[in-house]
Amino acid sequence: MNLSFHIVVCAGIVPDPLQTLEPVIGDSGPALKNEMLLPAVLDPWAAHALYEAAHLARGHAGSKVWLVSLSPRAKLQQVMMTVAQKAPFELVALDGPAGGFTDSAEVAGALAAAIEAIPGLDRSRLLLFGGWESAARGAGTTLAMVGERLGIFDQFQGVDELRVEPDGSLRILERVEGGRHQISRCAGPPAVLGWATGSLAEPPNQPQLGMQNMRTILPALQRAQSVALPAAELRFVRVALPSQQRQTRIVRDVAAEEVAREIVDWIRG
Amino acid sequence: MEQVLLLLTTGENGSIGKAEREAVTATRNLVCALGGSVWTVGLIGGTISPAAEQLAGCGAAGFVGVEGKEFAVSRYASDAAAAEALCRAIGAGLVLAPGSSRLMRALGGVAQRLGARIDTHVVGLRVQDGAIQADRWYYRQRIEATLTRAHRPWILALDPGSFPPWDGAPGTASVKRVPLELGPEAQRTDVVGLQAVDTGEQTIRPEAELLFVAGAGWTKKQPDGKTHVEEAAHLILEFVRKTKASLGSSKSLVDLAGEGQAVLPFLTHLHQVGQTGATPRHPKGLATCCHGEEPHVVGWRFIGERRAINLDANCGWARGKADVLYVADAFEVLRAALRLLEGNEHR
Ligand SMILES: Cc1cc2nc3c(=O)[nH]c(=O)nc-3n(C[C@H](O)[C@H](O)[C@H](O)COP(=O)(O)OP(=O)(O)OC[C@H]3O[C@@H](n4cnc5c(N)ncnc54)[C@H](O)[C@@H]3O)c2cc1C
Repeated sequence: MNLSFHIVVCAGIVPDPLQTLEPVIGDSGPALKNEMLLPAVLDPWAAHALYEAAHLARGHAGSKVWLVSLSPRAKLQQVMMTVAQKAPFELVALDGPAGGFTDSAEVAGALAAAIEAIPGLDRSRLLLFGGWESAARGAGTTLAMVGERLGIFDQFQGVDELRVEPDGSLRILERVEGGRHQISRCAGPPAVLGWATGSLAEPPNQPQLGMQNMRTILPALQRAQSVALPAAELRFVRVALPSQQRQTRIVRDVAAEEVAREIVDWIRG
Repeated sequence: MEQVLLLLTTGENGSIGKAEREAVTATRNLVCALGGSVWTVGLIGGTISPAAEQLAGCGAAGFVGVEGKEFAVSRYASDAAAAEALCRAIGAGLVLAPGSSRLMRALGGVAQRLGARIDTHVVGLRVQDGAIQADRWYYRQRIEATLTRAHRPWILALDPGSFPPWDGAPGTASVKRVPLELGPEAQRTDVVGLQAVDTGEQTIRPEAELLFVAGAGWTKKQPDGKTHVEEAAHLILEFVRKTKASLGSSKSLVDLAGEGQAVLPFLTHLHQVGQTGATPRHPKGLATCCHGEEPHVVGWRFIGERRAINLDANCGWARGKADVLYVADAFEVLRAALRLLEGNEHR
């Protein structure tokens, strides 16, 4: 049995979580202030999907990983400088907005078209990976739509574990309510897996691998077609930062017993 | 006039849970605000009559359903097929649903099949000048937005905990069954079962009054120059047990496990609160030994009252992120709190 996979990881880029975000309303709808200047990272849950994809490919000879990203080309290039050092993959780049205020249906259309055009992609061995939600729009719907467009009807979201069984079936753990996992068994690829954190730590930077990856990444960035996401029928009535500042009462130099009593009273309160 | 469908899945005994009853409230209110629209409840499950009876008085114009043992399980292919069939049967322009893990998995694909648009994690709904407006968060609860769409069908998945659950009286109700045969391509996946992540007891309790969050500080060297991981584990678990709190964690603490450091064995990534973790809803939250950095605190968006214990008076919580910051040793405070809680038990 040929237990090798063609793994396509869909991953956007998002502002580094430590950055302060501020919304602005532009001509084409809401955006982030100085969006192009904010340092960006690969969308965290999608990054986990990439690490899991690389791990799976390593364990199954003949497998291959593609990373498909719809993001502003210049920013994507910056992000790739680090990501290229984490795992071996071939980049498929689309040049377009990566912000949260785009519509998942349009993004899915562009991603599916790009995946369909990947030369040599064997759709019968396809595992479509990505983060189960982005850190931008956080809708959790894009991958499902891409999957549907590609005719993949076995889909899993909030995945923390994928195990390939000796018979080629896939044992998958998905997050469900109450801190539990649902265990499913899928006959095999093709399947969609929207990853949560998974179980792998972020791989260390491997400069050698980075240089190797960059040889195909740079031409892919140059080839990147530009994609417009007009979302004409979607209208934002209001976009704002929440008023999150609280008046913090700082309690110090008080005996632990006193603090404990106050906390216990508060909990009971 | 909108043609409104509320999609619900039923549980093991054919009834519906809290998130589903919340979606009933949201739909009732929305239809009322729209004026003149009718709504239908669409049920998916192994058995569905108990749910219809539960909702007999909810005000829906009728009930439709897809029923059968292959629809009892939470599986994309069968759920998407059932939801699609119900939307088509009603000709729904507006589809509401609870954002349960089950429907969240299916609805993106359903939107694609119907040529619909979808918004998820909706936390508020209203009608303004005849248009439906939905509130949701962007950038992991860092930016709030209100949006509206002209496109139909429009699917709205509602975040659990955002609306009060409907609890009207049950009665009798009849359900129109929509026949649906699943092809073999929709049965390539078998649901094997559920597994708790906690090895011992359940420590993630979504319904708890209190969220107790443990940070990496619990495993760090303490003022005596040593770590006290075993005692930390004992204090945390006992406190969570005694207060019936739900247990959360910072990313740093759960990541330590992956790096082979001394850790609290009962913590997993499912406990993680924050940007790349959960955003739970609890009336109160107590953060211990975590610094209160932004990527962590965005996970606290839906926690009502917030208190923190940290040795560092300059930690993130002090900067307007908590209502009260106790500058104190969490070990000492928890030891004392346990004595108080135990004393009370014996009274
Ligand atoms: C892409 C990305 C995503 C991220 N996502 C998340 C996320 O989802 N969730 C998350 O939590 N973080 C996330 N982070 C990490 C975040 O930025 C912080 O690094 C993390 O929250 C710090 O964890 P901590 O506060 O437990 O640990 P530390 O920063 O190490 O803080 C430990 C604290 O414990 C205190 N302490 C020690 N001993 C005691 C004692 N005896 N009593 C009281 N206090 C004590 C110390 O004063 C210190 O403040 C993310 C970061 C990135 C880059």
